[in-house]
Amino acid sequence: MLGHFDYHEIWVNLPYLMKVGMTFTLTLTALVVVAGIFFGTLLAMMRLSSIKLLSLVATGYINLMRSVPLVLVIFWFYFLVPYIGAWITGASQPVKVGAFLSSVITFTMFEAAYYAEIMRAGIQSIPRGQVWAGYALGLNYWQTMGKIVLPQAFRNMVPILLTQTIVMFQDTSLVYVLSITDFLGAASKVAERDGRLVEMYLFVAVVYFIMCLAGTYIVRRLQHRFAIAR
Amino acid sequence: MPMIEMKDVSKWYGTFQVLTDCSTNVEKGEVIVVCGPSGSGKSTLIKAVNALEPIQKGDIFVDSIRVNDPKTNLPKLRARVGMVFQHFELFPHLTVRQNLSLAQVKVLGRSQSEADKRGLKYLDRVGLAAHKDKYPGQLSGGQQQRVAIARALSMDPICMLFDEPTSALDPEMINEVLDVMVQLAKDGMTMIVVTHEMGFASKVAHRVIFMDSGKIVEDAPKADFFGKPRSERAQQFLAKILHH
Repeated sequence: MLGHFDYHEIWVNLPYLMKVGMTFTLTLTALVVVAGIFFGTLLAMMRLSSIKLLSLVATGYINLMRSVPLVLVIFWFYFLVPYIGAWITGASQPVKVGAFLSSVITFTMFEAAYYAEIMRAGIQSIPRGQVWAGYALGLNYWQTMGKIVLPQAFRNMVPILLTQTIVMFQDTSLVYVLSITDFLGAASKVAERDGRLVEMYLFVAVVYFIMCLAGTYIVRRLQHRFAIAR
Repeated sequence: MPMIEMKDVSKWYGTFQVLTDCSTNVEKGEVIVVCGPSGSGKSTLIKAVNALEPIQKGDIFVDSIRVNDPKTNLPKLRARVGMVFQHFELFPHLTVRQNLSLAQVKVLGRSQSEADKRGLKYLDRVGLAAHKDKYPGQLSGGQQQRVAIARALSMDPICMLFDEPTSALDPEMINEVLDVMVQLAKDGMTMIVVTHEMGFASKVAHRVIFMDSGKIVEDAPKADFFGKPRSERAQQFLAKILHH
């Protein structure tokens, strides 16, 4: 079956696939990890807040995001963000938001909901006495959170945060619905141009497989290093 | 003016009343031991003093500042009240040195070097200066509790609250912690200590408060309490814990 398999086709297009496609995928993943965990942590803190309104808003947002398919969210934001931007800035024309920025915003908003639930579990895993000890020393809410609770919660959750990131790394391939040239998008373009679908899609699958497997392995190794001795 | 003043303090968890009209005063330099059966509200009462547990009725004053006033700057007040917990509550992700200096820098605005110097002074006082660069997880329970006491002391508190400081410790480690507390009491620190260590109470306490079902049943000078407690409940309690 693989008698006609054209390895040369992969070799020739490798620079394009990596330089354009993989660079985009990795850049998107990196930006979304940072922004997603940042906003996710804020959402988790809101959800756990004693202020009912904050908790309600965060819970509603997290449940909404976790109950809608990602593709749908990508569509929505790609088409809605320009209008929302126009509404916020008061411009008469829809604001031009590039496909890249649009996908960063979309994935951040979506992934933040998942990271929020992980961080919430992390925060709740810290004994109440730690918060008391912080308060008893005179630290305020933000100092107690920033210096005592979150560093411990984050370190406890590193393995799960990274696992979620690996899932997200795969999910970024969905931006191909916006005709963005991510890794899959780049391969898809080459495949259709040269009529080499088998080679390209197989290659993409192998690359994703190797990267995610390596990621999982690294997570397992890191697990012990990040654990806090009690 | 008393250092700590409680007037008719009451607290509810939902409809369950955990504290009922608790009133007492603690003078400067006084050492008060609070005892009573578990669930009698001792821990809740001591946590109410620095507002870790909010109260619904009554008033608590620390150094004439009303703790339960919504306008009170709680972090500022808490920084002046040292607290030691049953489970130590050292910060496991920070070294001993960092545990001691964190609040000094963040709350009192001391420089890192000054905070380290003061922290080390108190660490030396509890006999653990050699362990300054270890993490709490590398220390024994008794050592952790002594670090926790040093951490509270390095904030230069006007009084100290101890919430069952020895009840999570192995028997052989209890005395090393009690020794530090006895020394502290002899140095004239104002202390409220929730504990069942009656040896400690008879050695350094000025007064003993006995609580049962959220009420202060007995509030008597040490000699009277151990001599002949007036309430029957306190007599029973003492008979039970002093039996062996």
